[in-house]
Amino acid sequence: MNAPLTSPAAAKLWPIPLEIDSLVRRFGQVTAVDGISLELRAGECFGLLGPNGAGKSTLIRCIVGRAIPDAGRVSVFGSQAGSVDARAALGWIPQELALYPRLTCKENLAAFGRYHGLSGDKLRESVAWCLDWAALADRAGDLEKNLSGGMKRRLNMAAGIIHRPRIVLMDEPTVGVDPQSRNRIFEMIEALRGEGAAIIYTTHYMEEAERLCDRVAIIDHGRIIALGSNEELIHGAFASRSQVMARFDGPPADVSSWVERHAGRLVDGSAEFTIDHSTQIAGLLDDAAKAGLELLDVTLRRPNLESVFLHLTGRELRD
Amino acid sequence: MALRRDRASLALSFILPIAFFSIFAVIFGGQHDSTPKIKVILVDEDKSSASLDLARGLEREDSLVVLTRPTSKNKAAQQPAEYTAATAEAAVKSGDAPVALIIPRGFGQNPISFGRDLGGPAIQLLNDSSDLIAPQMVAGLLQKAAMTAMPEVMAEQGMKYSEQYIGGFTPEQRKRSDAGLEELRKIQSGGAGSRSNAAGNGIIAVNSRAVVGENKRNPMVSFYAAAIGVMFLLFTASGSAGSLLDEAESGTLDRVLSSRVTMTALLAGKLAFNTLLAFTQLTVMFLWAWAVFKLDFFTHIPGFLVMGLCTAFAVAAFGMVLASLCHTRAQLGALSTLLILTMSAVGGSMFPRFLMPAVMQKAGLFTINAWAIDGFTKVFWRDLPVQDLWQQVSVLLAVGIALFIVARRIARRWEFA
Repeated sequence: MNAPLTSPAAAKLWPIPLEIDSLVRRFGQVTAVDGISLELRAGECFGLLGPNGAGKSTLIRCIVGRAIPDAGRVSVFGSQAGSVDARAALGWIPQELALYPRLTCKENLAAFGRYHGLSGDKLRESVAWCLDWAALADRAGDLEKNLSGGMKRRLNMAAGIIHRPRIVLMDEPTVGVDPQSRNRIFEMIEALRGEGAAIIYTTHYMEEAERLCDRVAIIDHGRIIALGSNEELIHGAFASRSQVMARFDGPPADVSSWVERHAGRLVDGSAEFTIDHSTQIAGLLDDAAKAGLELLDVTLRRPNLESVFLHLTGRELRD
Repeated sequence: MALRRDRASLALSFILPIAFFSIFAVIFGGQHDSTPKIKVILVDEDKSSASLDLARGLEREDSLVVLTRPTSKNKAAQQPAEYTAATAEAAVKSGDAPVALIIPRGFGQNPISFGRDLGGPAIQLLNDSSDLIAPQMVAGLLQKAAMTAMPEVMAEQGMKYSEQYIGGFTPEQRKRSDAGLEELRKIQSGGAGSRSNAAGNGIIAVNSRAVVGENKRNPMVSFYAAAIGVMFLLFTASGSAGSLLDEAESGTLDRVLSSRVTMTALLAGKLAFNTLLAFTQLTVMFLWAWAVFKLDFFTHIPGFLVMGLCTAFAVAAFGMVLASLCHTRAQLGALSTLLILTMSAVGGSMFPRFLMPAVMQKAGLFTINAWAIDGFTKVFWRDLPVQDLWQQVSVLLAVGIALFIVARRIARRWEFA
């Protein structure tokens, strides 16, 4: 086993691995990141949840030093983003598959290891560890271009942590992979956390943020609109309320006007209401019957991060 | 559709054939107006009125540039001494001029010769055998100059020959006349075998001698190995440098630049790799020339190493500039084809520069090809030592460094998004 990802000495010296203060990044008239501030704590997995175009990837690029902010600052263990120390401490797993198609898995990892200054036994050990971590040891000699989509994703992740960084930035690492590969990636992330790495994980999949992240920042239009643990966010938006989803058979105009009268909303043809107590369901259904709407099915559920996003923005996360 | 969106490539695909056609039109079409002038070194050891007349006649020729002394680079400095037979030969060997004429002592006493052993000492024509045209042109113009520039000598010599060959037409004279005519007939039909390939072919006896390349087994191989080699090196280097574009497109470049590697280090690494790649390619080509065309490769290793590495460096840096200028592989393909074919045409990779009009010869000096070919010619053709390559080495290294700096500046666009 290699050296632990988080050096205790470094962590003691600088307890907050990553601090972002009032960060702004504009592209012409568009403000992609609009005054974001946050802290990443040692060993935590921090989720950046937001729809496509919310500014998550730009924020990651600012952290990794690939985009120069127009205002604000990023500090990595006290070093400025883009500095040699910051680069050494960060591992970036970009959303795109940034690999060499004509190199094998092993060669790809060795190449990125060398870019990070590894050589000799240290490089060999690190490559072997990453191949094991990504469950690619038996495909070490295969060309990247011949791997399946899920394997490429895993190799892409392994290339980002080849130098055993203390902070790992994962930009939508599960985009376009099948459920089986996604589960495999989750296991890899959990193993990485077990090694002590602090992780920033961007996604627009609510389930991933709920499963993996200790805290989540919900981002929209370049701003953090809510930040906290899953429970804190849900409680902040809904307190102890629950959500009722019901589908009715009836003229759409009648359904729509009835839903509006009861302060609900239609989402994909399903009526959605927020209620304080489950006893309110009976009243709602009774009223629907009186309005001549035939109930097809009804579901009661606890609100989730998607509900929080919808509650805060009025839009679906995947819009 | 993809080509339509990539307007730069679309434009280049139309510009390329027009540009290339225009270059060849200038090189070949322009020769009607401006025949390439041939530099000829003239050494007059005789200083007789006949030799002076002949020198003046040669100087009047539009197609010749007659040099009697080395060109002084510093106008304020004292004029250099006139060429001697030895310095003229050295100058031809070092490529200052393709031909030297040496008018020997005693030439004026008997300048015109019909047949062997009848004239005075023959004019020495020293030539560089890589230039097949210049010595023949000079030999022809020499005869022309003799005909037009020395009328009194011609008359005097004619009388001499009349007296010698005709006399009073006695039987003895008839016999001698017949013998003379027979001799002339032999000369006309080329039967008067002589080592000197031009002797007896005109009214002035000329002994030609190749002072460069006379012992070469395959004279033009070294020229073409360098000429074609440099052209393909340019293509390889630009193609190889195109990996930058692939990396930028795939996101790998971003990822690399997020590691410890800086843009300068990345470009320097690529430059080093592409230099080695180009040098290896050149080595393989010269080894092929040695194996198949009997090029004297192994006797010129130091010169080859110096010229090969300098050329590979300049060419690799050129490829880096092209790759950093372009946004897509298609653009790179079109731009590199345009520039490399242009440079190769002007710089002598397709057509020897000494056969081009003077303007094009000067334009060639703005290409890597010309300097590289000149350097390799010095090594393999003129057998010059490594220290004589300083000019080519300096230019190629300076060009390489300058191009790398330009590439680095242009590559700033990739540095930060």
